[in-house]
Amino acid sequence: MSAEIEDLLRSLAPQVLGTLVSRHGQFEACEDAVQEALFAASVQWPEEGVPSRPAGWLVTVAGRRLTDYWRSEAARRERELTVSMEPPLSPPPDDDPSRHVDDTLRLLFLCCHPKLSAPSQVALTLRAVGGLTTAQIAHAFLVPEATMAQRISRAKQTIRGAGFPDGPERLPAVLQVLYLIFNEGYTATSGPDLQRVELATEAIRLARQVRRLLPDDAEVAGLLALMLLTDARGAARSADGVLVPLAEQDRGLWNRAQIEEGVALVAGVLPKGPVGPYLLQATIAAIHDEAPSTEKTDWAEVLILYKILDRTAPNPMVTLNRAIATAMVHGPAEGLALLATLDGDKRIAGHYRLEAVRAHLLDLAGAYDQAREHYLRAARLTLSLPEREYLLRKASR
Amino acid sequence: MKYLLIMQVNPEILDALSDDERKLVMDGHGEFMKTVQDSGEFILTQALGDPANSAVVTGTGGTPAVTDGPFLEAKEHMGGFYLIDCESKERAIEIAKMIPDTRIKGLSIEIRPVMFSCGADL
Repeated sequence: MSAEIEDLLRSLAPQVLGTLVSRHGQFEACEDAVQEALFAASVQWPEEGVPSRPAGWLVTVAGRRLTDYWRSEAARRERELTVSMEPPLSPPPDDDPSRHVDDTLRLLFLCCHPKLSAPSQVALTLRAVGGLTTAQIAHAFLVPEATMAQRISRAKQTIRGAGFPDGPERLPAVLQVLYLIFNEGYTATSGPDLQRVELATEAIRLARQVRRLLPDDAEVAGLLALMLLTDARGAARSADGVLVPLAEQDRGLWNRAQIEEGVALVAGVLPKGPVGPYLLQATIAAIHDEAPSTEKTDWAEVLILYKILDRTAPNPMVTLNRAIATAMVHGPAEGLALLATLDGDKRIAGHYRLEAVRAHLLDLAGAYDQAREHYLRAARLTLSLPEREYLLRKASR
Repeated sequence: MKYLLIMQVNPEILDALSDDERKLVMDGHGEFMKTVQDSGEFILTQALGDPANSAVVTGTGGTPAVTDGPFLEAKEHMGGFYLIDCESKERAIEIAKMIPDTRIKGLSIEIRPVMFSCGADL
């Protein structure tokens, strides 16, 4: 199958599934039917050409599978109970684009249902909205296919009969799931494998999709921008399996096109009104990405943004970053003083980042012996191999 | 997030269990496995033979030395493990509490996060 057809099928999958679920309910049966229709298309389209209305084609084929399924179910029940059940007939496919937007969005909300654990929301979203196969998802998360298949099947059972939600109050959960997918792609360490689906790329793809559905939502734009601006530094982030911190990265390796896109998104949304946590983080990322070096970074602006973030969405990780910005503007002593306020905070106690930042600020302050001690402690606590190697090297200098 | 749930075993405690108690533990492992398999969090489990069967290869700076018998004469040893993939450390602890060993005084489960994965079926 050509890459173009594969991309087309994956982009149509959520819309088709959304349409079927909104018509018939029964997420599980609809999902199976859509998978079959996608498979049929992957066989037929390369041979016979892409139909003029590909989404309509898929809805029709999947609808037919669904009807077949209900017929055989009804026949089975009839045999068992001698009760006949007339299968509902699909109405003709409609191609009203606004309808598709709603259906895809509601499908996303359903996949991020609060009754599901975060790993289940992630798996179901990648499968039903992202159009990935169970094997691809399992591979991306480094778990056996059987584990992932069971997780997805359990998730479908859990939301069975949950109804098709439409409340916009579900949007934060959706954004959180996309952010989780992105971060997983950014932090997981595994053996090299070119076949592995890039989760960061998948997350960006999904965020673009949500942005098309909700073009006026500032947080959706903010999340997409944050992902683009973070991912843009990907190639410079490690060398030979060792993490390279922002200050030492070769900025020539950064992806300029992605930076431009991210910056344009931020610039387009920022003046329009209330600024949420994703947009704030994207704005900070944009400042870093546009700066020619750490020294020439507008740290005063970064500090202001972290202060706003720490006030509107308080979180010890934000305080950590604020401490770095404080050190860059007012000197390491003030940064260390801010870090001290996190001592005894259970949410971050024992987290390697607290030790790593403390080590870095002590290093800046010239307290090398203490810095070494905290670098070593951070190296012991981190769960990332490139990060550990970096911290150990800092400690041995 | 993957965690290794390490069953720390004390043979003195195991030897002192009655037949009924041992059966309860064995059956409990079956039930436990079913629960984490159903939830889509189970990856793998292995039970290990007694350390009396171990051999140890030790670096000497030159040719490694090979000795028979356990690595360390400790009261406790790793009796086996479950490898799981779940949402958080809190959830891993919740899962570990379901392992029947935790209902026997003196037995414990150690919960360790995984840092790197590679494998034939991954």
